Amino acid sequence: METKENIIELKHIGKSFDDGFAAVSDFNLEVKRGEFVTFLGPSGCGKTTTLRMIAGFEIPSEGEILLNGQSITELPPHKRPINTVFQRYALFPHMNIYENIAFGLKQKKTPKEEIDRRVTKVLDLVDLEGFEQRSVSTLSGGQQQRIAIARALVNEPQILLLDEPLGALDLKMRKEMQLELKSMHEKLGITFIYVTHDQEEALTMSDKIVVMSEGKIQQIGTPEDIYNEPKNAFVADFIGESNIFNGIMTGKLKARFCGGEFACVDDIEEGTHITAVVRPEDVIFTEPGKGTIDGTVTSVIFKGMHYEITVQSGKNEMVIQTVNSAAPGDKVGMKVEPNNIHIMIAEDHTNVFNADINKAFHLEYNGTVLDTSVTRIIKGSKRMEDGTLIDGHGEVVDIDRTKIQISIRPEDIDMTDNAEEGLVQGYISNLIYKGDHYSYVIHSDLGQDFIVDDEDLWNMNDTVGLIMPVEKMKFAVKR
Amino acid sequence: MQKFRFSRKSLGIPYALYLILFVVAPLLVLFYYAFTNGEGRFTVANLTGFFTDPNTMGTLLYSLAVAFVTTMVCLLLAYPTAYILATSKLRMKGVLVMVFVMPMWINFSLRITALKEVLNLLEGNLAMYPFLNAVVGMTYDFLPFMILPIYTTISKLDGSLREAAMDLGANEAQTFLKITLPLSVPGIISGVSMVFLPAMTNYVVLDMLYNSTYIMGSLIGSYFSAYDWHGGSMIALVLLAIICIFTLLMGGDSEENARGGALL
Amino acid sequence: MKKTVKIGYIALILLFIYIPILILAVYSFTDTANIGAKGHFSVKNYITLFTTEELLQMIIGTVLLAFGVAVLATILGTLGALGAFYSKKRISSAISVLNQVPVVNADVVTGFGICILLVVVFGVSKDTYIPLLVGQTTLCAPFVYLSVMPKIRQMDSSIYEAALDLGATPFTALWRVVIPQIVPGILSGFALAVTLSLDDYFIATYTKPATFDTISTYVVNATKGSQTSIKTALWALSTVIFVLVILFVLVMSLRSAKKEEG
Repeated sequence: METKENIIELKHIGKSFDDGFAAVSDFNLEVKRGEFVTFLGPSGCGKTTTLRMIAGFEIPSEGEILLNGQSITELPPHKRPINTVFQRYALFPHMNIYENIAFGLKQKKTPKEEIDRRVTKVLDLVDLEGFEQRSVSTLSGGQQQRIAIARALVNEPQILLLDEPLGALDLKMRKEMQLELKSMHEKLGITFIYVTHDQEEALTMSDKIVVMSEGKIQQIGTPEDIYNEPKNAFVADFIGESNIFNGIMTGKLKARFCGGEFACVDDIEEGTHITAVVRPEDVIFTEPGKGTIDGTVTSVIFKGMHYEITVQSGKNEMVIQTVNSAAPGDKVGMKVEPNNIHIMIAEDHTNVFNADINKAFHLEYNGTVLDTSVTRIIKGSKRMEDGTLIDGHGEVVDIDRTKIQISIRPEDIDMTDNAEEGLVQGYISNLIYKGDHYSYVIHSDLGQDFIVDDEDLWNMNDTVGLIMPVEKMKFAVKR
Repeated sequence: MQKFRFSRKSLGIPYALYLILFVVAPLLVLFYYAFTNGEGRFTVANLTGFFTDPNTMGTLLYSLAVAFVTTMVCLLLAYPTAYILATSKLRMKGVLVMVFVMPMWINFSLRITALKEVLNLLEGNLAMYPFLNAVVGMTYDFLPFMILPIYTTISKLDGSLREAAMDLGANEAQTFLKITLPLSVPGIISGVSMVFLPAMTNYVVLDMLYNSTYIMGSLIGSYFSAYDWHGGSMIALVLLAIICIFTLLMGGDSEENARGGALL
Repeated sequence: MKKTVKIGYIALILLFIYIPILILAVYSFTDTANIGAKGHFSVKNYITLFTTEELLQMIIGTVLLAFGVAVLATILGTLGALGAFYSKKRISSAISVLNQVPVVNADVVTGFGICILLVVVFGVSKDTYIPLLVGQTTLCAPFVYLSVMPKIRQMDSSIYEAALDLGATPFTALWRVVIPQIVPGILSGFALAVTLSLDDYFIATYTKPATFDTISTYVVNATKGSQTSIKTALWALSTVIFVLVILFVLVMSLRSAKKEEG
């Protein structure tokens, strides 16, 4: 087997800005010569900052960047054999196409004849022969894009960095350019590092994907790995559509989530808290009562190739993609093949549930009004005189479409025998001793499982109320 | 590896130093001189002197009156002009606006000379109507500075707002009062601040019109002629205070590049 | 409002603005020194204007001063705007606040302050022209800053980085890529500086050498004086400037009209 050397290595890279914001932390990556690597993540995840550190526009606060084994951590950008294709192309508007492309070569004092030859060649590569004397403003977005690529490639960089280069193009153009970039990569053999927030683009083009969130690498892997074996709930949610549930292992190859007990193929110790991921195309409809769980169809959307059907099962929602239609209100059963359930060990046992905002702008959950004010939860919001609620951006908050996500840690919930005293009622469906405390799973009457840590021993199947102090809750706005 | 990196930030150093040296330092020096006497001792005599001397207080009130009336006259003349220019559908509108701007490129002293000759012809003796002449002179000098910002603001108004108001049943007068006028307030503010303060200080206009009345600027001029730096500095400080209050009242830096915008 | 009323109003305002200038222009071609009096056609005012050494020196001096000040102000203001734009927020807002001071301040106060600082405190002689240059530059540079700044803001910030990325040194990137983008702002800042310097009276009065005069200071003194031939020669000067301004405006609007057609 051929082992290629690493062209670039990022070791424990971190970047904090002057205002203390940590854009990237402990970023480790090795890229092999000729690879097509994509940094994928939502905006603000640190992917562009990482790219800018490789280009030399930002200097890492920590760590080291090695190019061919040599540190280039603090080398200024004009001394790096790396070129960038910018998001909005950054063509020089006061120069024509020839001057734009020749700019880099002129900096290196390349002889005129050679510049001419290379400009012609690279214009040929991007299919824009004869464009030398045109001015930037006469080009379409797609053509500017190609010139930007040509301007970078003409310098024969060791690495080409592309910062969301297709973001400004329309859908059809984008698809075309994806394929073209891919074939250019194969033809030239240059290492590409590509930044995008578009998961489909990343899956289509890359040899290796680096999924990032909040400045940290979530997963590195091939497109197949990332799609089929997401390492955590974030990756599962970000790549493709997913149903994600909190649950617990209830036996050998058995997991309880979404109000049912499913057979699975991941061998994880009983009592472990888990996150289960089910792709919408993997849910199979059955007659009511014949599947693992039952539910009621709440919405059906035709998507051209398939229907997207949402089913309410207890407090849980399952999204299903299927070629067969259904009607809202239909009672259905659902099952999932064991190998289509992807189980991950939950890193965090925090209980998360959604509360409604009632007409008086109080939080309401399970028929109980919580003692807190909505204006404090929604940042910068104000009650207006006409009775509406305005958020920090001055927009009216629609209480029917806004939910408040409440999270509370297991040790902050207390159990009580007097079930009515609790915010939620349910029975103990699982317990496990954790050395100094017991971890309980309470299956609530609403269908959701709550995890509660308690030092005392309670009996299985006891009916309990869960007391959740408002001051221990954390709130987030969901729309 | 390169130790020193040329940084774009360092480009600002010369100008920052210049500002400290020739903007901040003069203000500090004015402060120092305003509160010292000829022997360099600290004193508040200049300050108390200003507020107890009926002459200086009279000048302050008189220049506020001149500035106020000038501003009002300019506003009344300029607003309809700006409104008509901005809402007309003439093809040569740009040229017409230029015609209003052109006088500003003729040196003000020459323009005031011309005005003086005309006033002389009309009034016979300029000294007979000092207040009227002060207001006329200032208005003549500053009118374009009031027209332009208002014109710019009204021009930039979204035409569909007026059409929407008409569509909803407002007549032309109602549309003007409820839509155009409120939305042109920023232009008015900018024009007012470009007329009011100069009208308190631009004493050379009065001088040229053989006007023997004093406005705040004239006080600085006479202290300057008398080499009384301490008294002059106190007047300058009072003016600075008025400018600060006025700028704050008018909403900070809303005028931005108003004077420049008017000239180019 | 009726259309005729609108046109009538505009015409009235234009009359108010232009009648004095036009009357002066007419009388500049006569031999009388009294507006309203009857006179005969004569170009003696123009002959006086273009042959009197004192007048010519004053005009040339004013123009030279304006261009000198404009060059200084343009360099300082442009560098200042670039530096401020790329600096941290605190520094850049400090610069822009200080920059605003000469803009809102009364010229009398600016001129008087510079005079005290340089002449009284530091004992710089007015005859060195330094106080005058510094004074007018302090007035003009902020306006250059203000006209350059929006151009820097409009510029795509990544083109500077693109130049570095392609191997240009920071200086080359600035000179070959950034500066060409903001040339329109620099030029209008320069023109503004020239205009402000030409029109300045107060700063010049407080800082100029006793033997030097700008058009403004000269005309103001001349109106107080009684030298009739000089007084009427200034009418000619006013008319010459008026004609130059008209020509300039005509050329500019013809050019922009051509641009629109092309």
